[in-house]
Amino acid sequence: MGPETTIATEPAGGPPRRLQAQSKRYGERLIKWLLAFCALLSVLTTTAIILSLIGPTVGFFEIVPGTEFFFTFDWTPQFEPPSFGVLGVVAGTVNVVIWSMLVAIPLGLATAVYLSEYASPRVRKTIKPILEVLTGIPTVAIGFFAVSFILPEIIVPLWPGGFLGGADGKPFMALAASLGIALMVVPIIASLSDDAMRAVPRGLHDGAYALGATRVKVATRVIFPAALSGIVASVVLAISRAVGETMIVLLAAGNTPNPTLNPVESVQVMTSYIATTATGDIATGSIDYKSVFAVGAVLFVMTLIMNVVSIRLVRRYREVY
Amino acid sequence: MEAGSPSSPRNRLAVAGARATTQAKLRDQPRGDVVRNAVFAGLLLLAVTIALAGLLALIFQALAKGSSAFGPDLVNNPPSTAFPDKAGYRPAIIGSLQLIAGVLLFILPVGVGAALYLEEYADKSRWWNTVIEVNIQNLAAVPSIIYGILGLAFIVRGPLDLGFILVAGSLTLALLVLPMVIIASREALRAVPDSIRQGSLALGATQWQTIRRQVLPAAIPGIATGVILAVSRAVGETAPLLLVGATVFVTFDPTPFGTDGYSAMPVQIFNYALRPQEEFQALAAAGIILMLVVLLAMNSFAIWLRNRYEQRW
Repeated sequence: MGPETTIATEPAGGPPRRLQAQSKRYGERLIKWLLAFCALLSVLTTTAIILSLIGPTVGFFEIVPGTEFFFTFDWTPQFEPPSFGVLGVVAGTVNVVIWSMLVAIPLGLATAVYLSEYASPRVRKTIKPILEVLTGIPTVAIGFFAVSFILPEIIVPLWPGGFLGGADGKPFMALAASLGIALMVVPIIASLSDDAMRAVPRGLHDGAYALGATRVKVATRVIFPAALSGIVASVVLAISRAVGETMIVLLAAGNTPNPTLNPVESVQVMTSYIATTATGDIATGSIDYKSVFAVGAVLFVMTLIMNVVSIRLVRRYREVY
Repeated sequence: MEAGSPSSPRNRLAVAGARATTQAKLRDQPRGDVVRNAVFAGLLLLAVTIALAGLLALIFQALAKGSSAFGPDLVNNPPSTAFPDKAGYRPAIIGSLQLIAGVLLFILPVGVGAALYLEEYADKSRWWNTVIEVNIQNLAAVPSIIYGILGLAFIVRGPLDLGFILVAGSLTLALLVLPMVIIASREALRAVPDSIRQGSLALGATQWQTIRRQVLPAAIPGIATGVILAVSRAVGETAPLLLVGATVFVTFDPTPFGTDGYSAMPVQIFNYALRPQEEFQALAAAGIILMLVVLLAMNSFAIWLRNRYEQRW
């Protein structure tokens, strides 16, 4: 704020004027710092999540050896003596997620291809908002639908039985939760993949048609590969959502730790263990309390890896076009 | 008429000839391609139908199942195990309203403030601003039950030590949806053209005056969309509330700081849904309809708002 910043030539009739503001504008600076603090709160949230997971998890591993936790399949915390093989509940999660993705990925991608390549603008303008609105259906509603409609009305009559066993008379099963989760993530895959395919430059599309390619070939050999990183990102995000989903699994998959990939068995997954164990009356410091955090840490790391992969992939396709 | 002009008879003839040749060529597609095209299009349409039908079936099933439980009792009465035909959602509805009021109080200033900092002030070449940005994207995809753990270990117990009160639940939900608000608000701010900012600054307004009087008003539809979508997510979120003390048999009207417990719509629905008796199943379905009506109305309004104001510049 030195005198050298004054304008040398006087404006018509007036005294020389400085280019700098007349005050130091403490208010402006204060506002900037307040806003920066708001942004910083998100970093503090992450730090708090990590800190709250680490403390009890470390305590947990002082009691339970890491080899038992990471490499055995027996998840029986309520037995005496208890056994904490996290693979028992991880297997439940894998079971539910695999079957849900087998349904959701084809449905979601087909919907996306239809929306971006086949639908007329008018149809697209109707279907896409409907899908987006339906993304907001609470998962507790989907869970209720899975256990009271999908299971008795769709799975039981249609299930062929065979070597996996029959579906009759089972009140819960992994497959019901899988189909519920599929219902939840199809709009996510469809909407994000549609965005990715529409971000492919028009020229690629027109060029393929000009060379005589048919619609199927344009969709499957030109647009789909060009949008692949965005499509994979949407699928990875859907898997991460499925892994972290709680209510659908809690209502439809039963709650028995059961390391199997058989879709008609009842299973317990990581999230449902946390939700049923960490209710209000759990004693702080007990081994059960600590085990919740250990399972939570595994869940957090798994979803974090998938989210980072997904974010990277989206960045990449944004940079290319 | 000159021979070279576009509408000369010779040119018209040539154009017609070329068009006929092209059409003949195109019509001459191999049969296999025609069939393949039709089959592929059919499969796509089938997938779209299944996806939409599944979601519509959800709504109709809840309507069919819950119709018997509709009535004034549904919103006026507290839950009851002894008289399932008289039970309702009163404490849950009041609890949800209070939870949402708390969420709004938190996410409006903090979410918009963070977005303003990142879009209007932050120097993107600084590493700490990149860290904040990546961190927010990650937070948006952290499973909701992890926020429940955070609420239990950090807000209910631990450093904040609020106990199992409604405000703790509200704060947990607010942290859960905060990234959504920040991301949506940033997009809304980014859509405001720079010429507006430069014009305002050139006229002598300070940065904050520019933001408050020009940028923020122009971004309000986008911010509102983000906030509505975030609130609707918070209304339907169940899992974290199970961990931070939303109990299911609250028969009185909950208060923000009351230590006797509180309830929320989705938690109450979850509890009814777990009971096998027909009456409770109907109550769960009716509660789902009640919540869906509110949420779908909110989401439709938000998406309409976004599409309406999408291309204003």
